[in-house]
Amino acid sequence: MEHIDFSLVDWSRAQFALTAMYHWLFVPLTLGLSFIVAFMETKYVRTGNPEWKRITKFWMTLFGINFAIGVATGIILEFEFGTNWSNYSWFVGDIFGAPLAIEGIMAFFMESTFIAIMFFGWNKVGKKFHLASTWLVAIGSNLSALWILVANAWMQNPVGMKFNPDTARNEMVNFWEVLFSPVAIDKFTHTILSGYVLASIFVIGISAWFLLKNREHVFAKKSIRLATIFGLISAVLIAITGDNSAKMVAKHQPMKFAAIENLYHGEANAPLTAIGMLQQSNEPAKHDFVFKIQIPGMLSFLAFNNTDAFVPGIYDLLNGNPEHNILSYKERCEKGKIAITSLGEYKTAKKSGNDSLAKAALIRFEENYPHFGYGYYADRDLTELVPNVPVNFYSFRIMVGLGFYFILFFAIILFFALKDKLQNKRFLLYTALWTIPLAYIAAELGWVVAEVGRQPWLIQDILPTIASVSQVTPASVQITFWLFFVIFTGLLIAEIKIMLTQIRKGPENAAEVTQNSQIN
Amino acid sequence: MFETFSYLFLQQYWWIIVSLLGAILVFLMFVQGGQTLIYTLGKTEDERTVLVNLLGRKWEFTFTTLVTFGGAFFASFPLFYSTSFGGAYWVWMLILIAFVVQAVAYEYRSKPNNFLGQRTFEIMLFVNGLLGTVLIGTAVATFFTGSAFSVDKMNLTLLTGDKMPIISEWKGLAYGLEAALNPLNLSLGLTVFFLSRVLAILYFMNRVRNIEIIERAKKQLIYNAIPFVVFFLTFAIWLMLSSGFAVNPETKEIFVEPFKYFHNLIQMPVVAVLFVIGVLMVLIGIIRPITCFEKCNTKGIWLSGIGTVLTVFSLFLFAGFNNTAYYPSTFDLQSSLTIENSSSSQYTLTAMSYVSLLVPFVIAYIWFAWRAMDSKKIDIEEMKSESHIY
Repeated sequence: MEHIDFSLVDWSRAQFALTAMYHWLFVPLTLGLSFIVAFMETKYVRTGNPEWKRITKFWMTLFGINFAIGVATGIILEFEFGTNWSNYSWFVGDIFGAPLAIEGIMAFFMESTFIAIMFFGWNKVGKKFHLASTWLVAIGSNLSALWILVANAWMQNPVGMKFNPDTARNEMVNFWEVLFSPVAIDKFTHTILSGYVLASIFVIGISAWFLLKNREHVFAKKSIRLATIFGLISAVLIAITGDNSAKMVAKHQPMKFAAIENLYHGEANAPLTAIGMLQQSNEPAKHDFVFKIQIPGMLSFLAFNNTDAFVPGIYDLLNGNPEHNILSYKERCEKGKIAITSLGEYKTAKKSGNDSLAKAALIRFEENYPHFGYGYYADRDLTELVPNVPVNFYSFRIMVGLGFYFILFFAIILFFALKDKLQNKRFLLYTALWTIPLAYIAAELGWVVAEVGRQPWLIQDILPTIASVSQVTPASVQITFWLFFVIFTGLLIAEIKIMLTQIRKGPENAAEVTQNSQIN
Repeated sequence: MFETFSYLFLQQYWWIIVSLLGAILVFLMFVQGGQTLIYTLGKTEDERTVLVNLLGRKWEFTFTTLVTFGGAFFASFPLFYSTSFGGAYWVWMLILIAFVVQAVAYEYRSKPNNFLGQRTFEIMLFVNGLLGTVLIGTAVATFFTGSAFSVDKMNLTLLTGDKMPIISEWKGLAYGLEAALNPLNLSLGLTVFFLSRVLAILYFMNRVRNIEIIERAKKQLIYNAIPFVVFFLTFAIWLMLSSGFAVNPETKEIFVEPFKYFHNLIQMPVVAVLFVIGVLMVLIGIIRPITCFEKCNTKGIWLSGIGTVLTVFSLFLFAGFNNTAYYPSTFDLQSSLTIENSSSSQYTLTAMSYVSLLVPFVIAYIWFAWRAMDSKKIDIEEMKSESHIY
């Protein structure tokens, strides 16, 4: 593999990471705020209180500013599978393409059709039609998340497919298995809930700012109360789905799990490292703890619901562990190589009409297919198959720590909001404001764990990045990387400036809304 | 239901869906055309705001159709996705960048403190209108003129050697941009560009209540219709006279056949009729508002719009049906993509066919929403009373 241009792979990965991380700066707010706005408008339609209309319209404006840039960054991701990962597009396009197409047909049109009514229809359609449109925007946004997350989950845990040696690709054999795979369900719920938590924190933080400025008390308190309830429920549920997600990782991506835990030598009754600090070790690809606080047996329990369960470490996976029936990566690479060469032999034999040879090659191929992707590493340094440990270790802990902090945060805010004492608690209001960036950090780190942790696999165990990349010049990808970087950063600054200006402006004049609602 | 259909039927069914999406996309690119006319038709700030807002209420349909077109193409013909997108890298990247800047330009254009300034966002809209139409038109033209690439799925199995492990290899010198040097590709690109402007003018005529804009629009209609017709005829006449990329239905071998696309026209009379009706509808939609002065000038968008859909749809069918390679390789003929050798599996096409049953429902609610929103024409006064404007 020495002639594969690694800077091409690296730049292609960097470009995808850049677009994905920018995209994820905007999507969670869209996912959550769409529902929050829908709840608010429901309140307005039910009570007829024009104050709720003011509230709805204010948050809707912020939703629109954020939505536009989310759309802009999203289109790139879809097409980058083709432009930068062309082998991947063929190798698994038969499965991966379908969710993208369904997403377009089912979700995007719903979103874009009803968003026009949501923004421009206040004086054109009836109250109930408008409310229905707002709900459909929320449902559409979340449905689109469903399909792309199903696709992502499938990459982490490929199911419902079979490799077809004649077409040299994986083909879907069970749509429902792809859609309802437990990994997909967890990925979807965990991810959209993170959007709900982030949006709730956003609404609470901005409303807190109004209270700090002694402006718009009624607006701020109503917004806080609604967002806190939504946020608290979501934050509790996210902890549950997070636990499930970790169990799924332990089961299907043991290397990612070990990297997250900085666990090199597996053990039964494995401890969970609550807090720790790492430093590079003298041993290859290893990091030692400078200090750590551990809970005995907890990791085994969290991963397998059993404190006696064996949790494999990085070295168990790399070097193998016969006692626990774990093949070494070297063995897997050999098997992968057999799978790859057998596929070639099958095709050659078939072409020359030698059926018995083709049959034998096919049997060898199928036996070794679960290790297919490792074959590309047969002559490489196997530590390349270990993801970046410190990035995973720290990202995971910060994300989980923030997750628990958010539960506490929502609970405290709710307590004071219900007692109507929030406006006097300046420290709490400042905390609420400064929790907004923390929500973004937690959301981004979630994806860092999910994606950095599975390296080098595009499709777990089946297709690594080095065998997926498009053959363009590294210079081309570098140029597009920097182009995107400049464009996204410019647009992000514009978005933040516009958003802050709209927030400072505050909700529209109460008299205007009352007048408008009378027209309605 | 779909389980009972043959694999070939499903491949053709999905080619029809992709073609239909492509055709609707070209019609909806009137939004892009309109973006290049904002300063030509709007002489005051208020007039430009009316025009931008008229387009702004439709841009998402175009954008969504593009995304769905991409997704549907990926899902049904993944080899095209991996070959063309990974190969003609720069064409697709430029198209993408043009659409990225569009998505924010509407929302941010008139917002206070928008960092880059209103003019920059208007330039972004112009760039999207120009690049988006010309490059998509150019890219579609390569369905007939071909590109230089090779495809060998077995490269996946080579663990040594230079080619490993790339399936689709692009041989064009400029990663797709070389297509723009071919005058025929460019003529289709410019056809799409001027068509989108013509459609935009017809759309404005249908939706604006402002005499000055309408007067300017009428003049611009002629200026844009003439190059549109010239470029379209250049491409269409060349298409009928040129050799094409045919597939032997028995051996699946690809060969060059003289007058292939003319043969497709003759051998698929229904498609030919659609094509002729489409072209006539486009032309009548343009000519009527030019030649009459009273109320008849507002419906042209529907006539030309539906005409555009029919014409582009039939062009896609000429490219892919009747044993034709829809994405020909000039480097290695046998690497050319056909709807049979590039499609998804029968299972996937079947599963997606069920999802496609939702399409009429989607079209129905879009129609319903569109009508609810477009019941009145737009003028400067409405812009002043609207709470959410672009």
